Amino acid sequence: MSNRFWLAPALAAVLLTACSGPSADQAARLPILGERDVRPNPNGGPADTIFATAPAFKAVDQAGQPVTNQTFAGRAYITDFFFATCPGICPKMNGALLTVFKPYATDPRVAFVSFTIDPAHDSLLVLNDYAQRLGVTDAARWHFVTTGRSATARDTVYGLAKGFFTAAQPDKAAPGGFAHNGTFALVDDQGHIRGLYDSLNANEVARLQKELPVLLAEIAERHPQATAAK
Amino acid sequence: MMRRCLGLGALGVVAALSLPGCFSNNRHQGARIYAEACAGCHGDAGQGLGRLIPPIAGADYLALHRAELPCMLRRGVHGPMTVNGILYNQVMPAARIDDKQLSPARLTNLLNYIENNWGNHAAPRTIQEVERQLTACPNVGEADKAINLGALHSSKKVVILSVAEASLLR
Repeated sequence: MSNRFWLAPALAAVLLTACSGPSADQAARLPILGERDVRPNPNGGPADTIFATAPAFKAVDQAGQPVTNQTFAGRAYITDFFFATCPGICPKMNGALLTVFKPYATDPRVAFVSFTIDPAHDSLLVLNDYAQRLGVTDAARWHFVTTGRSATARDTVYGLAKGFFTAAQPDKAAPGGFAHNGTFALVDDQGHIRGLYDSLNANEVARLQKELPVLLAEIAERHPQATAAK
Repeated sequence: MMRRCLGLGALGVVAALSLPGCFSNNRHQGARIYAEACAGCHGDAGQGLGRLIPPIAGADYLALHRAELPCMLRRGVHGPMTVNGILYNQVMPAARIDDKQLSPARLTNLLNYIENNWGNHAAPRTIQEVERQLTACPNVGEADKAINLGALHSSKKVVILSVAEASLLR
């Protein structure tokens, strides 16, 4: 009699895992973040959904190489916003990104981009020194970029930060003169933002480490030839 | 008799419950201050970050500059600094909790914590010693002068590089 009571949950467990098996694969897709636009199809039929993409940017990295959205075409990339003399959250933020970066240091499927929000101070020399000190020797793997020293460069980078769902603005009261939060954005091969992570929260950093391979698998599905060629 | 025993017992329970309240919870204050004010940059175990942020764990700097440490924590640090043979050059803000500077007692607890953890060994500090070392600490005006000098140097570098950058961005 008592055996039967044990059987029921066991059976339920077997059934449940059997059901969740295939759907787990389906669920292993990251959402596309940002507002989407639904455009009616002029020929009738179902409307097109236009998914938001990361903002367009044009910058130069610590090696003096231009970096734009096209630099990452067909690949994933992770962004953050920092400044070299930041005494506040930046060391923790870039320290966290360094732990994410290390296993992928030579993996061409994903690149890293850190935008300076203090382009007036953070020259290419400063950015290169920062990268070297952090232990990043290959600028093509982790780009430390500036949008330039012009008067509009700062506004450009603040706008970019907003586009990547992070906050950055000058604030005399904040340590180092800039108020910003340490959000990492994970962008896919088509320019869609697929994940946002609070770099100051260890659980969020762990989530990024878990979700990055999920995105890489999805990209590999889209480009089977590229994967086969490797 | 029975009632008195109960009464005494109750008194004992009350005493046991209230006694910890008589002692301050400062035993781990150093660790708590470290976690709140220092660990963000220097790491959970004082490991530092690359050549950007110097380590505290096993850092020769602590013993070599023992008398200056209270002032460095109180005022912050700017400019080049060599730790374990590696040259660092970052800005360290003053150690503050809830936007308030640390009292000599709190500085003492913090220093005793970092100087006796992660492979560091130092003679325990007293509050009196820390207070004495703080009297030699430059006032805010002088510290500001030092920061401005540093800013002048770095802005020169920026101007030189801006030409190359401008051409790259065109």
